[in-house]
Amino acid sequence: MRPFDPRLARHARGARRYLAVCTGIGVLGALCAIAQARLLAEALSTLTVPLALLAVFAVRALLAWAQEAAAHRASAGVKADLRRAVLASALSGSAPGPAGTVAALVTRGVDALDPYFSRYLPQVVLAAIVPVMVLAVLAVTDPATAAIVAVTLPLIPVFGYLVGSCTEARTARQWRTLERLAGHFADVAGGLMTLKAFGRARFQSERIAKVSAEHRRATMASLRIAFCSALVLELAATLSVAVVAVSVGLRLLEGNLSFGTALFLLILAPEAYLPLRQAGAHFHAAQEGLAAAESVFAAIAPVPAAAPGPVPDGIVGVRGLVAREGLAPVTFDAPPGVITALTAPSGGGKSSLFAVLLGLLPPVEGSVRAGGAEVVPGDAWRRRVAWLPQHPHLFTGTVAENIAVAVPGASAAAVRDAAGLTGVLEFTTLETVLGAGGHGLSAGQRQRLALARVALRCALLDPVLLLLDEPTAHLDVATELDVADLIDRLAAGRTTLVATHRRALVERAGNVLAWPSAPVAPREPVPA
Amino acid sequence: MAVRTGRAAGAGAGVRGRTAAGAVLGAAALACGIGLMATSGYLISRAAERPPVLYLMVAIVSVRAFGMGRGVLRYAERLVSHDAALRLLERTRVRVYDRLVDLAPGGLGAARTLGLVVTSADGVAERWVRGRIPFASAALAGAAAVALEWWVLPPAGGVLLAGLLAGGVVAPLLTWAATGRAAERAAEARDRMTALTVDTLHGLPELVACGAAPARLAELADRDAALDDAARRAAGSLGLGSALTALSCGATVAGALALAVPAARSGELAPVLVAVAVLTPLAAFEAVTSLAAAARQFLESRESDRLLGAVLAAPPPVAEGGAEPGEGIGISVRGLRARWPGADRDALAGFDLEVPPGRKVAVFGESGAGKSTLAAVLTRFVEYEGSVTLGGVELRDMAGDDIRRIIGLCAQDAHVFATTVAENIRLARPGASDAEVAAVMLRAGLDLDPSRRPPVSGGERQRIALARALLAGFPVLILDEPDAHLDPATADRVLADLLRAAGDRTVLLITHRPGVPGADPVLREMDEVLTVTAPT
Repeated sequence: MRPFDPRLARHARGARRYLAVCTGIGVLGALCAIAQARLLAEALSTLTVPLALLAVFAVRALLAWAQEAAAHRASAGVKADLRRAVLASALSGSAPGPAGTVAALVTRGVDALDPYFSRYLPQVVLAAIVPVMVLAVLAVTDPATAAIVAVTLPLIPVFGYLVGSCTEARTARQWRTLERLAGHFADVAGGLMTLKAFGRARFQSERIAKVSAEHRRATMASLRIAFCSALVLELAATLSVAVVAVSVGLRLLEGNLSFGTALFLLILAPEAYLPLRQAGAHFHAAQEGLAAAESVFAAIAPVPAAAPGPVPDGIVGVRGLVAREGLAPVTFDAPPGVITALTAPSGGGKSSLFAVLLGLLPPVEGSVRAGGAEVVPGDAWRRRVAWLPQHPHLFTGTVAENIAVAVPGASAAAVRDAAGLTGVLEFTTLETVLGAGGHGLSAGQRQRLALARVALRCALLDPVLLLLDEPTAHLDVATELDVADLIDRLAAGRTTLVATHRRALVERAGNVLAWPSAPVAPREPVPA
Repeated sequence: MAVRTGRAAGAGAGVRGRTAAGAVLGAAALACGIGLMATSGYLISRAAERPPVLYLMVAIVSVRAFGMGRGVLRYAERLVSHDAALRLLERTRVRVYDRLVDLAPGGLGAARTLGLVVTSADGVAERWVRGRIPFASAALAGAAAVALEWWVLPPAGGVLLAGLLAGGVVAPLLTWAATGRAAERAAEARDRMTALTVDTLHGLPELVACGAAPARLAELADRDAALDDAARRAAGSLGLGSALTALSCGATVAGALALAVPAARSGELAPVLVAVAVLTPLAAFEAVTSLAAAARQFLESRESDRLLGAVLAAPPPVAEGGAEPGEGIGISVRGLRARWPGADRDALAGFDLEVPPGRKVAVFGESGAGKSTLAAVLTRFVEYEGSVTLGGVELRDMAGDDIRRIIGLCAQDAHVFATTVAENIRLARPGASDAEVAAVMLRAGLDLDPSRRPPVSGGERQRIALARALLAGFPVLILDEPDAHLDPATADRVLADLLRAAGDRTVLLITHRPGVPGADPVLREMDEVLTVTAPT
């Protein structure tokens, strides 16, 4: 494993500066450690109390503060940069991944970088600086000790690498098991009401205990290996120091070494190994941090260059379009000024088709055309489309803000008109603040609010294409008729595609398209 | 019940024993570090007096033993502590889950709270490994170091005790006080950022489709900048703890030196022990470093602990009675009034309904009229006022599980678990054969490979819920909008089949099917059509 991912420096401006700060603090810290060892050895051998020792301790305290503060600052900055990059990538619409995954990554995922920045990275920098400086001092003071340290020091990373690579496959296998087991509790807790309805809730507590126990056993198996690297580093370091101590002690006995020098060597030698030991102890934190960084980088898709070009005009249609793997290719032209009802059965890919028409989803095959030219979906094309999703999302904020989302910068009067037209004002006011996900509104009320968005777009942007996905799925009969009338009015003069199962809507459509949901079996090639 | 309590208590004893073992092993590892430093100092000091090498053997062996012991004990400690923490997690999850079972769905609030509970429970292990156990081992090892120092030179022992307390207890407390406001601000900024992010990402397709994404990104960048700013402000005070710990370490070592040197000069302290007196505090501060980290972890985790505590202590939203269920399955509702916890108005008020056994009733109503609330009242998911009886017995006098054995609910938002479709259906009646599962899948129009796993589409989810209801065979079945995501042909076929198969069972179909009762193939099967209106 690389201790530092160069992409961190590329995406996060703070990371590089932080490395420089760590280096500076590391050099000063090493100097302090050397001075402290020297002063302590002197004090103990001559039985004096040097005041300089106090100054060294004060500087060390200052450095500890600087290191910690810099770590937290850098961590905050880097996390902010990564969040921005992920969000910019997600909001570019190039490849919107599952919302929950990206949200978890942006909110909690990047936090795994905290221990990486505050604990592991400084130790890695120290591990590169301190041993060299200590070794130099040892070489000047006592070449024999320096030789022992120089020979044993490289053994530590070598051992660490060997242990790591021997256990890598096993660790990876166990991580997969862990991932599978880890989601179980959240899954069961999320389905609690379903379990309760079927009288299975109580039985699950045994199952949770069982799966958690399995999870524990798998975790322990992987930890037994993971902690090995720290153990090996610790033992190698300790044995090396013991070798130094014995050699120093024997030479002291023979009178070849002064007491002060011996003490100095004894206090200083462990300092050479300390950063490597610490880096080994925080290896775990590093793995998690870098894994988090890895998933962040995977979520940062390059924002595609906009293809401005002219937006084609005319009859909208699709040619051999496969919106999602496993669907049959679809070809149709939607005549303008008429409502076209799509009545494919559930799972037939109607929502996916809309996503492709909007350019939110790249098609597996085929193309979207307008007036005979291929449409390159982008912001310019989307400006001419109004879409009612199957499950409209209501944002936290006022009703007016929720409607205005449809046309950024829409005037208050236009929003009020749209709300009036769709009957939103019959059950709420524009100033009412909605909870997360439109909490407090019924399904029908939400649908009217979402329709107000479409109405606002129709009023201000005059879109050529309306895409309405199950506009009346949750409505009672009376409301459904109202909504159908409204759709009639909005659709006048535009190309309108309505995905629906409801008869009231199908009956009003001038054009009904249906296709089978089952994938068309590949035909046998006809022999010539 | 007794079995489960026994299990939990057993796990508790296991956790306690392992926690103690982890603390002792950790303390021993730290003590080995201190012993290593002290014996090394002694070894060198004694060697400087140039005695025969034999006199040094004990010290040499001790140095090696301490050195090896530190590594091995640390390894053992880490394993035992993690094991203890994971066992505790196991036990916490079961306890929290048992409690959630009582609280769901009414007493649980929004899904966000449930998520928080799940993460807080998961954080228990972390808090144990990084908080409680290191705290205990650092305290033990610190006490051992103080005892050693006291034995060498009593006043230096006092200095070490003061230094350890200052570095390990006072420093983190001071840091916490200093960072309190900044951390609070950072937490607030973080909550606001998280809320906006989650909201934005869930509505992402709409934002992109409307070209509203750039404005939203700018808003996110603002909140992010506020969070970044707050976190940077907190950074300065967070460093304070490390600085104070380093400072108290220096002061303690200097203090020990200042006491040991005159003591050695006056002959009060053997010269060979001066190094021990000074190097012991230096090594003891390794324990303080972990003490400070543990204290910080302890302070940070209080919020999660409070949340878990609140969940474990929350009163159940629905009263559980002990009455035996009555003989019949007739339902009688009189003057029903129901309100969801936290709501500011009744979802149902003054509602009456009479459902004799075997009757098939379609319940119409505008969106928001309280149809789903009626289903929740009948399945005891929400508390009610007025009277609702099943087989002549008042619902609130019976146990919820007993009622739900009779009244089944096919809910709108049925959960599909991360297991196979077949297992998802089988939970309705464990022990059902593969053939039985396949049969209900066919009847529910669910044309899926039984071994398939989620994700499934909205329509498939609904049909899984239907298949479950079919398999369970409840005497009274409530279907809450079972056709919202199905195409009409499938919906008609499945529902008509379901109603015919229901035989003499009672069925309550909650729907806003737009059909006319005479012409609609599903409504033709119903005995009665009823309309619910929202309370005014």
